[in-house]
Order: sequence, then C-alpha cells, then structure tokens
Amino acid sequence: MDAVDGNAIAGELFDVFGDEMTTAVGTCAHCGATGVIAELRVYMRAPGAVARCPRCDGVTIVLVNVRGSARIDLAGFKLAPPHDHPVLADQRPVS
Amino acid sequence: MARAALPRRLNWQQAKVVELVEETAQTTSIVLEPADWPGHQAGQHVDVRLTAEDGYQAQRSYSIASGPEDEHLVLTVERLDDGEVSPYLVGVLQPGDELELRGPIGGYFVWEQSLMGPLLLVAGGSGIVPFRSILRHRAAVGSDAAVHLLYSTRSLDDVIYRKELDAIGAAVDGVDISLTLTRDWPDDWSGHRGRIDRQLLEEVAWPTTQQPLTYICGPSGFVESAAGTLVGIGHDPSRIRTERFGPTGK
Amino acid sequence: MSPVSRGFFGRRRPVGDPARIPPGQYLTSDFPVLSAGPTPHTPLDEWSFTIHGQVGEAMSWPWEEFLALPSETVTVDIHCVTKWSKLDTTWKGVSVDTLLQDVDTSAEYLTAWSDGGYTTNLALEDVTDGKAWVAYEYGGDPLEAEHGGPARLLVPHLYFWKSAKWVRGLTLTADDEPGFWETYGYHNHGDPWLEQRYQGD
Repeated sequence: MDAVDGNAIAGELFDVFGDEMTTAVGTCAHCGATGVIAELRVYMRAPGAVARCPRCDGVTIVLVNVRGSARIDLAGFKLAPPHDHPVLADQRPVS
Repeated sequence: MARAALPRRLNWQQAKVVELVEETAQTTSIVLEPADWPGHQAGQHVDVRLTAEDGYQAQRSYSIASGPEDEHLVLTVERLDDGEVSPYLVGVLQPGDELELRGPIGGYFVWEQSLMGPLLLVAGGSGIVPFRSILRHRAAVGSDAAVHLLYSTRSLDDVIYRKELDAIGAAVDGVDISLTLTRDWPDDWSGHRGRIDRQLLEEVAWPTTQQPLTYICGPSGFVESAAGTLVGIGHDPSRIRTERFGPTGK
Repeated sequence: MSPVSRGFFGRRRPVGDPARIPPGQYLTSDFPVLSAGPTPHTPLDEWSFTIHGQVGEAMSWPWEEFLALPSETVTVDIHCVTKWSKLDTTWKGVSVDTLLQDVDTSAEYLTAWSDGGYTTNLALEDVTDGKAWVAYEYGGDPLEAEHGGPARLLVPHLYFWKSAKWVRGLTLTADDEPGFWETYGYHNHGDPWLEQRYQGD
C-alpha cells in the first residue's frame, strides 16, 4: 500500500510535542539522511503510525496510542535543535 | 529537561455546518462555523473526528479549502464509495449538524506572501483543495507572485472548483492554469490529455533558472511521480513541498 | 466522550452472533489492509521458509518444496487489534505442527520474522496443536501481496498482528523476546478474548 507522509501525523505530533513538527529536521539513524518530518513516508493503517526514512525505508518514528495515551518512539530519528531535547514516553493523554 | 515555553494544545472543537456546496458529483464543500477558530495559513489542514453512539470513532485529515481571509472555514471532501468517513461527510451531514475538528495543523505545506514565488502548484484529483486556499490568500493580500497551476483529473466533470478556476485563469493577473484530463475529454478539448509526464512538466513548469517554489498535492503515487520528474528536469528538491493523500484520504 | 455525530455508524455491520465477536471488536465484511511498511516483493525463486535458532538443526524449504508439504484448508475468524473482526475466512497453508515435526528443540518461544524486517513473538504452545499455519492461499486464491503473500503466518486465536505477513521464518528462542509492535507497547500474548491489546492489559 502507498505511504502518506509526515503531514498525516501532524496533529498527533502536535499533541505530543506541543508544537508544529512537520518542519522539524532530523537525521535517520539507519542511513544518515537528513530531512523534515513532513517528508517521512508514513504508514497509517496499522496498530500505530510508522514513519520511515524516504531514502532507506528504515523506521524513524513510531506513534502508538496506548489506552488513550500517545506514545512516540524517536529512536530512529535524531531531531535537530530546537527539538533535540529528549521526549518522555507516555505524553499527555489525547482527548 | 527544560522546555522553552508552555506547550500549546491542539483542542478538538465543534463546528456548525452552515452550508453544503456540491462541487462535482463526488465532491462537496462543507462551509463551517467553528466555535473558536484561531485563523489559519493557506495550505494547512484540519483533523475531523466522527463519533458513533456506541463510542466508536473514526478520524481523517482534510485540507482547508478556504483562504485565511475568507469569512467561513471550508473543507472540500471527495466521497470515496468504500470509505468510512467521506460517505458520511458527503451524504449524511446536513446544515445545522455539528462536526468535531481540530486545527489548523501543518507548517510545512503552507504558502504565505513572504515566501514569494514564482509558484508551481501541481494537483492530482482532490489535491487541488489546498491550492484554492493559496490562490484565495494570494488574491486577498494582493501578492504579485506569479503562479503556474497544473491540475490533473479524470475528466471535465471531475474538475473541482471549475467555475472558480476558469474565472481566475481568465481574469487574474499572473496566474496561469493548465488542466490535464486523464481518462475522458471533449472532442474539441484544447487542454492537455493524459497523465502528467516529463514533457508536460517541461512545458508548464517554470524554467529551473526561475527557481520556483513548488507544491505538489494528491495521491501518493501521483506526488512521487511528479516530484521525481521535476527533480529529473533539474528542479531543486529543497524547493519542492509535497503532501500525499492515502487511498482513503489522508 | 466526544459529542455524537448525528447519523454516523462507521463501516461496521450489525453483529451476527455476539459469541463470536471478542470484547471491543466490530464486525466487518471488508478485509482492511494494514501495514507498517512497504509491501515486499520477493521473487518465488528466491523465497524460502526457515526454522532456526534454538534447534538441533535448522530446516529450510524453498517455495516449490513448501507447496509440496501436506496442507490444510481452514475456516477461521480473525480479530485485529484495531478493532475489526472478520468471520469465516478461509485459508490454505501448512500447519506449523507439520513444519515443527522434525525439529528438535526445547525452546518455549519463537520470533516470527518477515521480509521488510517485521517481527512478532509467540509462545510455542500458541502455534502448535492445530493453532497456527503458514498460509499461502486466501479465499481459494493465491495470497495477494498486500495481504501478506506469498505466505503469511496465521494464528487466528490471537490478535492478527501476530499473523505476520510476508513471513520467512521462525527463530526459536528460550525467552519471550518482544517483536515489532510488542516493543512499542502491544501485548506479548495478545488474546482478543481477554482483550490483551497492550502490555499490562
């Protein structure tokens, strides 16, 4: 199935970060490609949203909603400043 | 762990349906009055959420069709026959109903005057929606950024905003609109025929020396193909912004 | 809870037999395609199924040999953690019991792994005694790529994320090692009748 892109998870990312994140720049932990979240290839129709590197398909960001609470895993994507502070798991509950 | 500022929230709110406008047989614009709309930038979207009586929920994203200066918030939705949300929005929703949404969302796929031009806007199917917002904003602020819009759709009957686009193409300075019809066209059709390819883009896009700011919106495959072709022609990938729709909307 | 959207029911159908629908699930007549990544397209002449890890000797079958193994046709209900359930789905494939027949192991767990990097963990007892298959036909036709073809794991008594698409093998392990979704918070076991969706449920 075709992927969409990081624009599709902009709302969920805003919930977690409290900020607009589609223009946030990061580096793929697998292949080193640098780009904005908007250009990640996102697979939405899954038990969570999986964002992959457009160059190497490596998993960059995974968003899961566990019992009403958004969780984000950024191990595959090193965010550049100003978003480079660590994000806690179990962020604010989504409404 | 320090945070620079209080995190903002993106809250769900109710929006009253004011009017429905049929754009094509499959596509309707929904004119809305949100409870507390903060304004938006051209190109942004909203998330819409539907809730059934038993608590079941479904959520989709829709590009904002209205310009930032317009009186009401407008979404334009294409009904997908096997969809879950779009057959409700186009078919069941009525003026007077409330629609739950949050937004505006998005900072990447936006255009505002200071970004200047020239602009190349490439739309596939319902990918035209955010470009209506951009064109209306451009007109409202009196920008003289030149625009080439290339809109690919199946047939004339599938052209969303057809009257509005005809009027803009005819009367508005600096906006050049090209249509390409991929499946069906009138015998006397003088516009383009068939899918967007390198030849059509070379003809319609700005010369690479003009360094246009390019926005491409539509189904994933369409966007990949158009973006790849433009880069192949020599356009700067860092000046190309893309927004992909999935098979059932974003 | 959000206000109700007047007249919205979703794509679901009325429940036929409530006894067949686990808690929190909705019946569907579609077969939604869910994926965590691009669809792999391994040519059949490069495909093989392997059982390895904590085994006496690894075993591997190329495609033609795999198809020649004793197969079964089963009709089962399937339940996705995203809340849709589909009843009476028919599959043809090789029982995992058949695949493990000559495997010498004391392992109690396994990781199913797939083309594209997907993994999921299972207890051996959840894939034996007629509970699991490696299926290559759905509804009487070869399994389509978007649904996991050429072959996927089929473990219908657990949430369907355990039925790994594009499966290429099982790694037998001494310990339960969380796979892809389990690492992100989904349940190690995943029994839909106990609503074991997330770790800690």
